[in-house]
Amino acid sequence: MSILAVLEHNGRAWNRMSWETLAAAQQIARELNTTVSAAVVRPDGQSLAGELARTRLERVYLVDHELLAEYTADGFSLALRQLIERVKPELLLFPHTYQVRDFLPKLATSLGKAAVTDAIAHRVHDGAVVFVRQFFQGKVNADVRFAGDAPHFASLQAGAYRADQVAEGASEVEIFRPDLRAAQIRGKPLELFRESERAVDLTAAGIIVSVGRGIKEAGNIPVVEKLARALGAELAASRPICDAGWLPMERQVGSSGQTVSPKLYVAVGISGAIQHLVGMKGSRTVVAINKDPNAPIFEVADYGIVGDLFQVVPELTAAIEKIKKS
Amino acid sequence: MKIVVAIKQTPARDSQLRIAGTGKWIEEADLAYEVNEPDAYALEEALQLKEKHGGEVIALSAGPARVAQTIREALAKGADRAIHIEEDMGALDPLAAARLLAAAVKSEAPDLVLTGLQSDDLGYGQTGVILAELLGLPHATIVMKVEVDGGAIRVKRELEDGWFQQMEMPLPALLTIQSGIGKLRYATLMGIKKAKTKEVKRLTAADLGVAAESAGVVLDRIYTPERSKRIQLFTGTPQEAAAQLVEKLRFEARVL
Repeated sequence: MSILAVLEHNGRAWNRMSWETLAAAQQIARELNTTVSAAVVRPDGQSLAGELARTRLERVYLVDHELLAEYTADGFSLALRQLIERVKPELLLFPHTYQVRDFLPKLATSLGKAAVTDAIAHRVHDGAVVFVRQFFQGKVNADVRFAGDAPHFASLQAGAYRADQVAEGASEVEIFRPDLRAAQIRGKPLELFRESERAVDLTAAGIIVSVGRGIKEAGNIPVVEKLARALGAELAASRPICDAGWLPMERQVGSSGQTVSPKLYVAVGISGAIQHLVGMKGSRTVVAINKDPNAPIFEVADYGIVGDLFQVVPELTAAIEKIKKS
Repeated sequence: MKIVVAIKQTPARDSQLRIAGTGKWIEEADLAYEVNEPDAYALEEALQLKEKHGGEVIALSAGPARVAQTIREALAKGADRAIHIEEDMGALDPLAAARLLAAAVKSEAPDLVLTGLQSDDLGYGQTGVILAELLGLPHATIVMKVEVDGGAIRVKRELEDGWFQQMEMPLPALLTIQSGIGKLRYATLMGIKKAKTKEVKRLTAADLGVAAESAGVVLDRIYTPERSKRIQLFTGTPQEAAAQLVEKLRFEARVL
């Protein structure tokens, strides 16, 4: 049993989740009494590999090829498959980033395997790793194991492991040059861009009132607008509200929107899918108002009211207006 | 342009879920079902591409008999025909699910395969990409825009933190579609009427020569996650609950 952590870097900075994955790999290796190595895909990435080499690892593999300068699912999948054949790790761990979501299922399938994606925890049972995943948008947890022979693949959810627990050490860097041809890479990545400069900076807001699907229709938005006004808060939303065009995209909180950490975050009619939670769980005080007592938002909330937002929110607005006046 | 769109039926979003006695799946008997939301957007994109470029949209779904309802809705919205792989999918791993879908897609030889980026039930987010690999197609994930230019497509992919990327690839290809790519249409009365006459091909795993069993990931058990102890819930009338909450926000959290 040996572990290989495949880490992500965008050419400018490490993805923070890479360190979480490295910490997880070291922890699981200790529990299984095995070794852990790390891999980074980057042409001429010696300095990146050098950073990894200062952590406690068996070895650092720098996957180096000019055709890997830009991310492509074909290139990364083919290169990592060759690395796996050479290194023969039994368990591969990845951060559950958008990039990993794009190539990991392809890589695993090319070896006849299925990956456990978006794991939130693990435990070791009878010498094997059991991963915990969420089903039904976080309403249910599932314990899953790998079937069949190694290699096995898992990706880890943002925040599931702690980046500050990476153990330091010294390891060697080995350069791995995969055999790739340009014709094997079918997708052509073009320019990266942002839609527009963000007019609304939610990250600076002290108080945020955020609205989700529970608001039912665009015509009901004033219900939460009034609460936001009473609190002197910025109005924000979960993704479906922005998708529907009920509030502009720039007011979206979550993995595809802004990441906020105000002193008060009031989640109204938001169930709390992980994509939303990652954008707001750093808030100091979280209030959740939702009709479903099992909504995952209550897991990250300090205060909660289980009830109909159309009854609760106007009462809350009135109570706040009253104290503001006094 | 021939487009296959893979859609999944999942429990309605506000469902109260109960764990089945086996501990391996949920109690399905009293649940309402609907189309997995990202898949609804995949269907919408398929229909819009057909309107622009002509061709045919084939809805593909795997699941037990109740899935016929989701298929009927897709046909009513404008899909031309459908394939129903009649199998109980439950917590089948994404490799097994994709093998079933791949077997059904293969004989259609479509120009484009679309599906939602992930399911709201199992949430692996893998089925589309696996399907692409099994079919030998290039793919792009989390797609927000599709433009067809002869034998190639140009897509806009969503990345993290507000970034996007344009990408080109040859056809045939597979795309996983992000929610919000277009505005979802409703079925018209005419559409609902027409749907009844459209072809639905029913197949089983046996017909496809594929085993409907998990190939890579074994489910031990499912359970309700433990709630954190720190939350304080306020009860009573909405007015009472609001008053208690304001009290705590002022004097305990000190944020007002």
